Amino acid sequence: MYQWDFGILWGYRWLFVNGLWVTLAFTAAIVLLGLAVGLFSGLLRLSRFAPLRWLSQAYVEVFRCTPILVQLVWFYYALPILAGIEMMATTAAVLALSLYGGAFYSEIIRGGINSIEAGQSEAALALGMTPNQAMRRIVLPQALKRMVPPLMNQSIIQLKNTSLVSVLAVPDLLYQGQAAAHDSYRPLEIYTLIAVIYFVVLFPLTLLVGRLERRLARAD
Amino acid sequence: MSDTMIEVAGLQKRFGDNTVLRSIDLRVARGEVVALIGPSGSGKSTLLRCLNLLVVPDGGTVRMGERRFDFGGGDALPGTGALAKFRATTGMVFQQFNLFPHRTALQNVMEGPLTVRRMAKPQAEALARELLDKVGLSDKAEQYPSRLSGGQKQRVAIARALAMQPEMMLFDEATSALDPELVGEVLGVMQSLAAEGMTMVIVTHEIAFAREVADRVVFLRDGVIVEDGPARQVIDTPRQDATRAFLSHFHRQREG
Repeated sequence: MYQWDFGILWGYRWLFVNGLWVTLAFTAAIVLLGLAVGLFSGLLRLSRFAPLRWLSQAYVEVFRCTPILVQLVWFYYALPILAGIEMMATTAAVLALSLYGGAFYSEIIRGGINSIEAGQSEAALALGMTPNQAMRRIVLPQALKRMVPPLMNQSIIQLKNTSLVSVLAVPDLLYQGQAAAHDSYRPLEIYTLIAVIYFVVLFPLTLLVGRLERRLARAD
Repeated sequence: MSDTMIEVAGLQKRFGDNTVLRSIDLRVARGEVVALIGPSGSGKSTLLRCLNLLVVPDGGTVRMGERRFDFGGGDALPGTGALAKFRATTGMVFQQFNLFPHRTALQNVMEGPLTVRRMAKPQAEALARELLDKVGLSDKAEQYPSRLSGGQKQRVAIARALAMQPEMMLFDEATSALDPELVGEVLGVMQSLAAEGMTMVIVTHEIAFAREVADRVVFLRDGVIVEDGPARQVIDTPRQDATRAFLSHFHRQREG
């Protein structure tokens, strides 16, 4: 029977704190960038001009239909050679994860906007609004409310995806855990703690999403 | 009744293979109330939506005052700005109300003046309260649409359209989605608008109302105008067989 010794974890506490900090900062960056990219792409997808729609769809499908781990490695090793630019591991990681998340956000945003009945923009246009005003004043505010739970869900997945940046030696929570495991020869305790930290951060968020979803269901 | 408010000529509209309007000519005089009647699928709603270019015709012309739009002549379609300006001069009321659910009744009515007319907020609010009062809903100003009955929603929608101070009002089956006991309150508001001299085009199944309130009744079938004349004449003594057949149900009800 394995002899657990969680006492050894204390010595690595600053590694975990630093790692968690990097993970959270990464998540904030890729969620914000991803949302910006996703909003842009989602609106392009609804454009009246077919080439813009195709562009958006191509982007979404490329990033949805390749594994995120492959994208990370590709952005780090292949893109610099093709583009002729040096890229730090963090840059490559932020780029890949933001674009990956953006593809999913884009679909959520498109779906949210499409879920608003056509009568809403018709009524806005009939008042004399331009299509842009109708989108901004009438459709988007309603759509955003419906998008919040799925967007938060996707952001939770994004937080978990940040653990993949450890393959590029970005010092996130998992990477620091690996370092501690190699140092202490105690991978069981360390990886258990890592899992618990992710859980403690994410579980309240999923509870929150659930509550928002229920409140929204009542409001409709 | 000589001053023309809106005139369409040779209006055509197709949705895919389905031709909905075939060469429609229609003139509405200032202050006139015109009812469009006809079986479902006859094109009356599409015709109404062409009058404010919510549906862009494939052919023909739409003229309102100085503004004239030609369609299908190979000219570029009017831009979104020109369309928006044109639509701002007409008010439209929809079968499903289409109130903005994230705004109170008051905010719904203020939306047009604020966003389109760039009116100052206090001014827009005063106007909106005045209009809610006019449709008998001043006590519901702070309510969200979800708390209003169908009839109340539709009256807010009428106030919202009136807030743009339109030259003409378009009603697209404004009472069709209402419970029977709520139809009267909406028709009452429409009737008083007509009495004030508002130019109105009404798509309706309320034949008795059309007969009572409209100056003219236009009967459409299969995308063409079959009969067009004074309301009582078209409804009481229709000249065309198709009109007679369509109205027979209504007349049977009245005799029964």
